[in-house]
Amino acid sequence: MSNQTGVLTRSGVERTPSVKETPVKRNRKKLPLINWMRGLALPVLVVLIWEAAGAYGLISATLLPRPSEILVAFKDLIVSGELYAHFKISLFRAILGFLLGGGLGLLAGLAVGFSSKTEQTFDPTLQMMRTIPSLAVIPLFILWFGFGELSKILLISKAAFFPLYVNAFLGIRGVDSKLFDVAKVLEFSKWKQITTLILPAALPNILLGLRLSLGAAWLALVAAELMGSSEGIGYLIMDARQFSQTSIVFVGIIIFAVFGKASDSLVRFFEKRLLKWRDSFIG
Amino acid sequence: MSLLQVNKVEKSFETANGKVKALKQIQLDVEKGEFITVIGPSGCGKSTLLKIVAGLDTAHEGSVLLDNRKVTGPSIEKGFIFQEPRLFPWLTVEKNIAANLPVKNKETKESVKQLIELVRLKGFENAFPKELSGGMAQRVAIARALLRNPKVLLLDEPFGALDAFTRSHMQEVLLDIWQKNRTTMLFVTHDIDEAIYLATRVVIMNPRPGTIREVIPVDLPYPRKKTDASFQEIRQRVLSEFEKVEEHQAAAI
Repeated sequence: MSNQTGVLTRSGVERTPSVKETPVKRNRKKLPLINWMRGLALPVLVVLIWEAAGAYGLISATLLPRPSEILVAFKDLIVSGELYAHFKISLFRAILGFLLGGGLGLLAGLAVGFSSKTEQTFDPTLQMMRTIPSLAVIPLFILWFGFGELSKILLISKAAFFPLYVNAFLGIRGVDSKLFDVAKVLEFSKWKQITTLILPAALPNILLGLRLSLGAAWLALVAAELMGSSEGIGYLIMDARQFSQTSIVFVGIIIFAVFGKASDSLVRFFEKRLLKWRDSFIG
Repeated sequence: MSLLQVNKVEKSFETANGKVKALKQIQLDVEKGEFITVIGPSGCGKSTLLKIVAGLDTAHEGSVLLDNRKVTGPSIEKGFIFQEPRLFPWLTVEKNIAANLPVKNKETKESVKQLIELVRLKGFENAFPKELSGGMAQRVAIARALLRNPKVLLLDEPFGALDAFTRSHMQEVLLDIWQKNRTTMLFVTHDIDEAIYLATRVVIMNPRPGTIREVIPVDLPYPRKKTDASFQEIRQRVLSEFEKVEEHQAAAI
């Protein structure tokens, strides 16, 4: 035995010495205003150049109306109550479709994640269906469910199903097997194993799936409303296009953009609160 | 009757080159309140032995009796500390210790509080694992096992990944726990000083196949000093046993 200290230390495993006895909080620097302004700088610049170019007659008003014109169209639509009516029905479709598709996707993902038998039975079929483009099934949906609300909501559901399905499944299968040994040694019940180990560990993936599902629902909403409807933001866009009311087209697009971002931010808000235990790179 | 009896335990692994015997005729009795350290070169099967005692590995011959009952699987009677803390990253220190027990329960809450003081983590009740150093996290893992009042605490090189300072601090904490709770300890390590510093008996193992070579009682009073002549004397004895282990290994090759 040549090692005189008797300590067979392993190299490079431990982090810092034990003096670190205060909780280390690695919060993002608290300058929300500056962070906000950093995000705003680019759009504001584009809008300013755009307005100026329009005002000097450099771009045609039918192709690209000035931001101020879009704002006026926006105001008119609000005052007449038209926008609210269209928005209401769109939101209703998106939420219902998302809840139906996302909910089923989450349940299916959990079921398949928990049992390899369920996986073998359902996953191949579901993966096959996942690759079918939504646009390809529109004719079938119209044929089967008509032009009414049902076909639209089902189309949105189909789109919202898969991101949650895939990510919930992935999240459960990604749980650290070392923690299962701990659960065994501590005699966790099956229920406790699910609630204190598997679900929290899968939560980051589930929340990611939620965000992607919301985005997919939003996209499918547009496709569903463009395929034939008499109300909704998608209809508003189609209708305005036929009458060359380009500024209204822009209003519709902006609404989609703003609410898409808003729904995403909502999930990220919950993500931040629920996943504050995570130790990850914050840039 | 001894608290823990390891009877003729044998274990082989199937490898590409046929069967390899990892443990052969392991015989060990541990009395209640003892502090046993198991030491040996890597590959001597000391961690395998600990897993068998824990019930995490049941595919072996021979038997393990705890309180005269055969060990057939893992349970809270046999607290297990892994090489890494293995905390639940989404739970605070307090909730990690409680884990599957309701932290709202008054009794549990009180015991958790006492254990947090015992492992010297007061003030960190609501910290998440990411905010803890390696040594602190391992102390949480120890408290988590102790909350279940185990009959024996099994530790698998628990301080192996810690630096020398943290390690000796952790040894103090563990001895403190042992002296206050009188928990029977079975501690696997590859550090000779650590083995002698902690144990009432040091078990030295031979590799390939893993067998118990020698059991050396350490009759020094606590707290021990690593620089004392009596400590060094035992250390020399252990080292000379290790030299024989190396000769044995060389002969085998």
